[in-house]
Amino acid sequence: MTQHSSAAAAAAVGAVGAVGVGDPVLQTVGVTKSFGGVHALKGVDFELRAGEIHTLVGENGAGKSTLIKVLTGVYTPDGGEVRYAGETVHFRRPADAQHVGISTIYQEVNLVPLLSVARNIFLGREPRRFGLIDVRAMNKRARELMAELGIDIDVTAELGRLGLGSQQMVALARAMSVDSRVVIMDEPTSSLETAEVETLFRVARGLRDRGVGLVFVSHRLDELWELCDRVTILRDGEWVHTEPMSEMTRLDLVSKMLGRDVEEVRAEGATEFGSSHRQAGEPALVVSGLEVANRLHGVDLTVRPGEVVGLAGLLGSGRSETVKAVYGALKARSGEITVAGRKVRTGSVRGALASGVALLSEDRKAEGIVPDLSVRDNIALAVLPRMSRAGVVSEARIDALVDTFMKRLRIKASSPDQKVRELSGGNQQKVLIARWLATEPTVFLLDEPTRGIDVGAKAEVQGLIDELADQGLAVVLISSEMDELVEGADRIVVLHDGHVQAELDSTDLSSSELLAALAGDRERDSRPASQAPNQAPTQTEGQHA
Amino acid sequence: MSTTMVDPATANAPETALANRARFASLVQRQGALAIFVVVVAVASVSFDTFASQGNITGIAVQASFLAMLALGMTFVIMTGGIDLSVGSVFALGGVLAAWGAQHGTLVAFVLPLAVCGAIGLVQGLIIARGGLPPFIVTLAGLLFARGLLLLLSDEGATTYKVPRGSSFRELAQGELLGIPYPVVLVVVFFAIGGLVLHRTSYGASVLAIGGQEDAADLMGLPVVRTKVLTYVASALLAGFGGVMIASYTSSGVTILGVGTELEAIAAVVLGGTLLTGGAGTVLGTLVGVLLLQVIKNVINQVGSLDSDWQSVVSGTILLLVVTLQRALTRGDRA
Ligand SMILES: Nc1ncnc2c1ncn2[C@@H]1O[C@H](COP(=O)(O)OP(=O)(O)OP(=O)(O)O)[C@@H](O)[C@H]1O
Ligand SMILES: [Mg+2]
Repeated sequence: MTQHSSAAAAAAVGAVGAVGVGDPVLQTVGVTKSFGGVHALKGVDFELRAGEIHTLVGENGAGKSTLIKVLTGVYTPDGGEVRYAGETVHFRRPADAQHVGISTIYQEVNLVPLLSVARNIFLGREPRRFGLIDVRAMNKRARELMAELGIDIDVTAELGRLGLGSQQMVALARAMSVDSRVVIMDEPTSSLETAEVETLFRVARGLRDRGVGLVFVSHRLDELWELCDRVTILRDGEWVHTEPMSEMTRLDLVSKMLGRDVEEVRAEGATEFGSSHRQAGEPALVVSGLEVANRLHGVDLTVRPGEVVGLAGLLGSGRSETVKAVYGALKARSGEITVAGRKVRTGSVRGALASGVALLSEDRKAEGIVPDLSVRDNIALAVLPRMSRAGVVSEARIDALVDTFMKRLRIKASSPDQKVRELSGGNQQKVLIARWLATEPTVFLLDEPTRGIDVGAKAEVQGLIDELADQGLAVVLISSEMDELVEGADRIVVLHDGHVQAELDSTDLSSSELLAALAGDRERDSRPASQAPNQAPTQTEGQHA
Repeated sequence: MSTTMVDPATANAPETALANRARFASLVQRQGALAIFVVVVAVASVSFDTFASQGNITGIAVQASFLAMLALGMTFVIMTGGIDLSVGSVFALGGVLAAWGAQHGTLVAFVLPLAVCGAIGLVQGLIIARGGLPPFIVTLAGLLFARGLLLLLSDEGATTYKVPRGSSFRELAQGELLGIPYPVVLVVVFFAIGGLVLHRTSYGASVLAIGGQEDAADLMGLPVVRTKVLTYVASALLAGFGGVMIASYTSSGVTILGVGTELEAIAAVVLGGTLLTGGAGTVLGTLVGVLLLQVIKNVINQVGSLDSDWQSVVSGTILLLVVTLQRALTRGDRA
């Protein structure tokens, strides 16, 4: 790993007393934090030891991100204290925490889209030569870091041009490019594919073995047992429980997190999707020969009413691009899109919307959420035309609608009038889902719908998708969680490099089989170009016809 | 079952093609003004014998040098996502203070205007960066304040301070280095330093990051407040120094200078390809923008029959043209 630390940071790290493996390195004692009337943290005790990976668990809005922001100087606590290496500290800004050796990947990707990948990795601590930034050395180190993470991207390219997954890996590269005592990661895997998640885990374990303390947050519960040593559970801003991960069962964890009986949780089962749906009639969506410059090279896709079609593929395979192009947000070079038998003009969002296509996009921060509007207005945004008569909006109908969705999706907000900006990450996602569901679309394109959503609400969202499909909605589902894809979709279309590579019937497909199909993909890619086989992939076909 | 094969030739091509396209778009973004500049200069050289004469070119360069100083500071301000409306007034104030100071020695002629202008920048910067007030309002107040101070000093413009005959202060703008007037040399030096600062120092990196995504810059631990304060101080200092130069050039403190010059500076910066929302741009582009505006003025002056009011009309049209061009070429480019 590249070790780069400015003299100042190194000095600061050295200045704090030595912490042996197993000793507490970062702690909070009785920390409280309120935003207006919302008590986000109510006296939380938390202890991170050197050389452990500690996960923070809790429902959406439980206070995980807020605790992390208190630990790293973004927020000052209202009460209680933060201790670093045994000493009470008062971080006044994120820079203070970074200088003593705490590096953090915050929940939403927090990098600068207009700057290059290399610039983003080294912002604030660029390699210098004669006092000036050494651009060549910076790019070289960035290239090395990205290679170490197995990501093949041009480090001089603007960050904003990369997909969310790659951006998350850049954030990881940034965190590991500095010599830290503590590394905090708030939902770092939410937009990552299996292979990238593995890389991240490898990096995390490497850091732990060198005595670094790590905090890890994820709503993909399986990951916790795979990676973490201890768990702290928060509920409604309160500390609930801390225990070694190995002594905790899934049922136990979920029940403590939701604050319900183990028996009750068991009875509900692992919820999720029902069986496959009845598909009938004319296709609701037909896409043929869809081409987008440099991204898609002739994608064909057919979805019938009541059918859930999954899109699978590796990072950069063109899944998000496909749904964006169908939605008109990406300009298609050629190709035809037909919705319910009627041709839709490509490249026009208005056209797509008018014909009943809705898209829940992967990047809720950049597209979709209007952070300064209230929860109510955000949900009502897309239905306003339908909810108004002669330009007059029926307030009562909107209130009823908003109320239904807030309850159904368990959106945690102080009131419908709270600004969306102030909601926790998962709750923002729920607001977006509610908005699109409210439009009652014919074709619903879902790009990572359960990203960052807690187990309870995840099941709720999945159930809702199921229910809508049963009512005849055509759904296209993208998910990097294999289980969700395999169980949720009736049929899976595998994309590779902007082509449809295979189509799989998912009725009795297992997630490991799907993974194997995708992994085969990866192998082919890593071969030298001259040997790349020009025939159909063998693993992916033949299993189901 | 539908299957498709991996085309070895294009397996890695999309990324490169994309990067190339991105490079082209950003080239146009940066060099759109340059293209127009070249065309205007070419047409003018052919149409007017006097245009390409050494005297005229030197004149253009010297005239442009004052605006260039303001525009350099403005580039950094806009790059952080801010705006500085005070520079026109601060420029004029700097000129009057320099002319007044020249009566008490050359050193005073330099130090006094820079100290006062720097202080104005510091106050503005602190209010914007610490107080979180919008730059538009704060620097609008700065504009009024500096202009008011200037009028007080000059008794409503009735008193014009003259730089004493024989004062070495006159050398600053009237002297030459190897036949090139000092103001032009200074602009070249300042812009070279400006480019280095923007792209090769951590201050410059912070400027770009703040303009690109201020929240992120803060979370990444960059010194957001310090960077912004420094930027407004630099902008005021450069405007003040522009004033010092013009006082030396005209040997007097002209009070009516600098009205609307802040808008010209903003126009030059935008022409030069800096995003008005911040986060991207170059100082070289700004220099081209300044020169383009100056050449247009010069050309219209050469057409004897045209009223000088046409200068603004043409400048405005070209500004719109360049901005539209930049927009058209960068749109739909981001996925
Ligand atoms: N700036 C803010 N203003 C008002 N309320 C806030 C603000 N930030 C957080 N909150 C509230 O604090 C509570 C905790 O939010 P936090 O973001 O810590 O949740 P979380 O556990 O990270 O959830 P998620 O899993 O969805 O990311 C939420 O109820 C949220 O609405
Ligand atoms: Mg969170």
